[in-house]
Amino acid sequence: MVDRSAIGRSFTPVTAHVEPGRLRYFCDTIGETNPIYRDAQAARAEGYSAIPVPPTYLFCLEMMDAENPFEFLTALDIDLARVLHGEQGFTYHEPAVVGDTLTFRSRVTDVTEKKGGAMTLIAVVTEVTRQDGVRLADVTRTIVVRNPEAAST
Amino acid sequence: MTQAANRSVGDRVVHKTFAPITRHRLALYCGASGDHNPIHVDLDFAKKAGFPDVFSHGMLVMAYLGQALTDAVRPKDIRSFSTRFAAITQLGARLTCEGHVTELIEHNGEPCMRIALTAKDEAGEAKLLGEAIVAR
Repeated sequence: MVDRSAIGRSFTPVTAHVEPGRLRYFCDTIGETNPIYRDAQAARAEGYSAIPVPPTYLFCLEMMDAENPFEFLTALDIDLARVLHGEQGFTYHEPAVVGDTLTFRSRVTDVTEKKGGAMTLIAVVTEVTRQDGVRLADVTRTIVVRNPEAAST
Repeated sequence: MTQAANRSVGDRVVHKTFAPITRHRLALYCGASGDHNPIHVDLDFAKKAGFPDVFSHGMLVMAYLGQALTDAVRPKDIRSFSTRFAAITQLGARLTCEGHVTELIEHNGEPCMRIALTAKDEAGEAKLLGEAIVAR
């Protein structure tokens, strides 16, 4: 079972490209019709240099372009079938737009046990930087690991 | 697009409803998001993990909540957007996303509003409980 010794662990940085076709597919999937997410002219009229990404898309970019999107689970010996998403947060500094190349650097910031060990909460922070070094966003997530055997003891 | 100015505490600034979540939608989102966790698309895997059926990616629901938010405020005004996944969102859920202004604040020296966000299913059960800080 993962414990507090995991705090501070960092993982292989992920480099991701904001590609227009994949972004269009994401917008189609969630039914996003806002023109700034679909039309470069509409985006420029709002002051963007290109089409920006919707608020949660940074999470997707990291997973899509990771060589092993579940690296931190395997690194910490966590079974994917026992994982639930607990919390997710984004702090935005600058918009990410089509054509950007982004780097995601993630590390474990906290590990806590809940319900007498029946759940382990793992907090991961990810810094997102653009190709020119500008920090675009900070992403936080909390992963819940269910430990059913701990609950029954 | 509505401007964020002149909004008061208590105003419901975000409100959008979404079509029922289907297996097809989950399959599309699996590909579109890069989240290939089989628990959302493979019934055999979900059952083996102790669930009666596949269920929605929390991040699909957060994407809907984000969409409801950016329908209401300018995306470039959003300073932060966060949520807690309070309950699993089941197949067939018809989600309603809402947001109310709870506070007018200064955030890093900038006038902002705090918006409390919820995504609820057709029974009124809260699936996501979130918050956004938006410049005003």
